Amino acid sequence: MEKRKMICISCPLGCNIEVFRDESVSGFSVSGNKCELGKEYGVKEMTNPTRLLTTTIKLKNSHLKRLPVRTDLPIPKVLIKNCMREINRIEVSAPVEAGMILVENILGTGANVISSRSIGQNQHAGM
Amino acid sequence: MQAEYDVVVIGAGPAGLAAAIEAKKNGVERVLLVDRDRELGGILQQCIHNGFGLHLFKEELTGPEYAERFINELKELHIEYKLETMVIDLSKDKVITMVNSKDGLLTIKAKAIVLAMGCRERTRGALNIPGTRPSGIFTAGTAQRFVNMEGYMVGKRAVILGSGDIGLIMARRLTLEGAKVLAVVELLPYSSGLTRNIVQCLEDFEIPLYLSHTITRIKGKHRLEGVYIAGVDGNRQPLEGTEVYIECDTLLLSVGLIPENELSKAANIELDTATNGPIVSESMETSIDGIFACGNVVHVHDLADYVTLEAQRAGVSAAEYVKGLLWKKRTDICIRAGQGVRYVVPHFVNVDNLKDTLELFMRVDDVYKDKNLLIKLDDEILTTMKKKRLVPGEIEHIEINAKMLKEKSVSVLTVEVQKEGA
Repeated sequence: MEKRKMICISCPLGCNIEVFRDESVSGFSVSGNKCELGKEYGVKEMTNPTRLLTTTIKLKNSHLKRLPVRTDLPIPKVLIKNCMREINRIEVSAPVEAGMILVENILGTGANVISSRSIGQNQHAGM
Repeated sequence: MQAEYDVVVIGAGPAGLAAAIEAKKNGVERVLLVDRDRELGGILQQCIHNGFGLHLFKEELTGPEYAERFINELKELHIEYKLETMVIDLSKDKVITMVNSKDGLLTIKAKAIVLAMGCRERTRGALNIPGTRPSGIFTAGTAQRFVNMEGYMVGKRAVILGSGDIGLIMARRLTLEGAKVLAVVELLPYSSGLTRNIVQCLEDFEIPLYLSHTITRIKGKHRLEGVYIAGVDGNRQPLEGTEVYIECDTLLLSVGLIPENELSKAANIELDTATNGPIVSESMETSIDGIFACGNVVHVHDLADYVTLEAQRAGVSAAEYVKGLLWKKRTDICIRAGQGVRYVVPHFVNVDNLKDTLELFMRVDDVYKDKNLLIKLDDEILTTMKKKRLVPGEIEHIEINAKMLKEKSVSVLTVEVQKEGA
């Protein structure tokens, strides 16, 4: 029987879980998890591991040079590098509102890249 | 003329924001929040990764998103704040001296003060690593600010010393931005960071973690050229013949945080040598009446959510103090860190100030597996908690029913790791 030990990263508790392949609907059973998130995580790690991507993009017209952004859904782990390449191409100008969509459906993942803070315009920022 | 406020909060990170909000919400009119940075939010603004808010909001937020929730609330409550303002002195009579370029020198008298200055990173100077002093050596948090806010990449080939959370987060961050992270080097036989960060920051990107290793020499004249790493023995001394050279242009240090207590010392507030922060009560009151403290200035937390919870308690207490509702008698119960426990916060309890529960935060001094954590009231065992795993890198959070403490007359509460065979 196929079995994998892993650490659930759904929250900072970091449960040590074990995932077994079985005949259930999801195809796997999970043990050692303290909540439903652990079960979901275990199955996903075996089928299609995903991660939320957090990074920055170029920001103009503000006291800061970078705007923090994130994907609004976890994206497949294998696409992280390609997504970074896409995200690094864009730049925005302040003001920006938190949650503003900056890239729609990045690389067909269904996830949008959104601003993760609001930032005002700075009159003193070198134009 | 000296301005007067009911509550002044020093530091506008997660602790200061929550304390100011709670003080105002609990009926105190004149609240002032002061910070030396140019915007509110403190270090949260550079922590662009997710993982904040899971306990408090049941959502996974980034640092800036977490900060923004509190900043919005602060503004809705019309709480006054001063930015780019540095507090330079604090007296035990609760007079605060501060400076900024607009008002010049200011002295403010407060009825109550909440200290929320956070902590500072340990630097190379604290470690005594031999070698030259080239550029390219940063604390992990400084590098984080450069990369995430100021838009400067710190280097191309990096080694990280210390496996604290900021170091692990930066290992992933530098990798995403195109640098090669060659190694994370940890002196201890275990990581001091959260397990989830080992998985999602190192294992996901195949970054090697060298436990029981240290940096023995630094090479480079103008820019860092490389570091020598070596294994260490049980006494943390480098083992002969294990030294390896790693060519790199950047070294990040993630080797611990120290609560920033210059102001507490100026006011002669009593500090705990284990936490390096003020000794506090259940209400987060320090050894000086009406001066409260919360967040990383008290002890270094590993989750911002717990900082917020602690700060909310400090904010409520400051408001109660101003309204004359806080009991001043203060040594009902002393809390003691027993066998295997490095520290417990708070340090003393006045049971009359307790509501439903007494919350304790503690850290163990070593890695323990399948052990019992004991809570003792004087010599009697109150609770035994089975723990699969206790590690110094993760704070244990314990709640004790206040009723049990109120019914008995107890003078010492001890938290300890049960000895073998006991």
